[in-house]
Amino acid sequence: MKDPAAAEPPDEPGAGGTTIDVARAYPGARRPDRRRTVDSGGVGLAVSEWGDEGAPPLVLAHGGFDFAGTFDVFAPMLADAGWRVVAWDQRGHGDSDRAHLYSWEADLRDAAAVIGTLPPGRLPFVGHSKGGNLVTHLANALPHRISALVNLDGLPSHRAMSDMSDHERARRIREEIDNWLAHRRSLVGKQRRPGTIDELAERRGRMNPRMSREWLRYLVTVGANEAEDGWRWKIDPTMRMGGFGPWRPQWSLLQLPGVGVPVLGVLGLELEVMGWGTQPDEVLPYLPAGARFEGLEGVGHFVHIEQPGLVADLITEFLQ
Amino acid sequence: MNAQPAPLTATVRHNRVDLALHRLAEDSSGASVHPLLRLHGLGESTLPEAAEPVVWPGAVYGLDFTGHGASTLPVGGGYTSEILVGDVDAALQHLDSPVTILGRGLGAYIGMLAAAARPDVVMGVVLADGPGLAGGGVHPGSPALVRPAERTGTPVPYALLELARDVRPADYARNFAGYAMEGSDLDLPLWVATVVRPAWLEAIVGEPGVGEGSIERGLATYASPGV
Repeated sequence: MKDPAAAEPPDEPGAGGTTIDVARAYPGARRPDRRRTVDSGGVGLAVSEWGDEGAPPLVLAHGGFDFAGTFDVFAPMLADAGWRVVAWDQRGHGDSDRAHLYSWEADLRDAAAVIGTLPPGRLPFVGHSKGGNLVTHLANALPHRISALVNLDGLPSHRAMSDMSDHERARRIREEIDNWLAHRRSLVGKQRRPGTIDELAERRGRMNPRMSREWLRYLVTVGANEAEDGWRWKIDPTMRMGGFGPWRPQWSLLQLPGVGVPVLGVLGLELEVMGWGTQPDEVLPYLPAGARFEGLEGVGHFVHIEQPGLVADLITEFLQ
Repeated sequence: MNAQPAPLTATVRHNRVDLALHRLAEDSSGASVHPLLRLHGLGESTLPEAAEPVVWPGAVYGLDFTGHGASTLPVGGGYTSEILVGDVDAALQHLDSPVTILGRGLGAYIGMLAAAARPDVVMGVVLADGPGLAGGGVHPGSPALVRPAERTGTPVPYALLELARDVRPADYARNFAGYAMEGSDLDLPLWVATVVRPAWLEAIVGEPGVGEGSIERGLATYASPGV
């Protein structure tokens, strides 16, 4: 793992104006051209769009614990290439409603509700991390709506647990169940911890050690709310990574071979805290015939944030 | 043999959901036998479906799962069996006592998972036939984006849809039966009383720590001190 400080640019010397002005001045970042809300069975989903409303639509799905605002540099590049980029905050994330319950099935249904508001016909599905996994499932659930699939570091690996003994695996699962139940017992009235922009950026930086401090500070201004006692991330504080359940990574990989439209798979090859640490040899056997695969050396899980121009160019060329 | 007062209902909070925990019978033993917690099947509720009397010397409670009976009816779905284990855990925390669980259908599966998650306080689970016993099978099916017709009232249609599709791999169930066995002081922490044996249940019958027989025999086993 790299030293987080190594990825940070030096602080801007003598930056003037308010904190927000400084943070919002991230190079290349553009807030959505349009915002709207889509109802998914009573849960309101915040939809963000970049680009000409009459341009061909492209769906863009964010990862777990992200939100559409993390596309503020990447999405405008796709919009400038001629697409109407449609992203949404998943339930509990960003500006969407906090829900009673969260599940994979619910996320899939929410995605379909957003796609259902777009003109009929086929369109590209692009997703990062959990969003890449979501759009890969959607390719099977909505084959009549998809024209091309782009998966950005969004395929889970089983490698993390594969070299563990049965006994050790059982111990880990029991521990995870205990932790999860303790978490469930702690939730009533739970709020996110307030802090300054820098403090929130620092916390997020622990999960995203390869992101620049400048970018993280920008994210706070679009992904958090300010109250009298400080800033709080908008994301539902009751959500948590991990948990227990029957799900296994193989179930997601098995969604790939049957995809009947052109597929572009991109993996960032630098291992880091977030992400599944999936390696090319785990994915290649599952790619459908004719699929294109790009492994990016020296790039971490957030391929579209670390290398927005490179990844946007890859996608633009692939979709031509 | 149980005293049968009018049910009293406590509200137990699980995150944003208020769960209804019904007291169905008083402790009539005078010998401080631990309570029985009854878990209804998919689409059922404690009252009236799962409330027919059973022979249990201690107090008897029934929990309405999220989206069922008198519990909160969530908006927009998102049900998993694991969340319902959280429901049971909230009830266990409220009761603050070891309990034996009698689960019907979906409640049998949830009871089995709860026995694995809290083997120190779950003093045996009797698994009985009921709606939702099979779940969605041992593998995920093709992804399907079904949205139930909008309807208010209990049970919530999303619960019916999603918990009927809930995947229950055989090895997952077998592992959980193993956790229940490892963490429990009982010889037989699980007791299978079902006629129907879906794959997840077939996988645990005959495993160490899993008894078989009628509901009555199972309950009698767990009600006897020193077992």
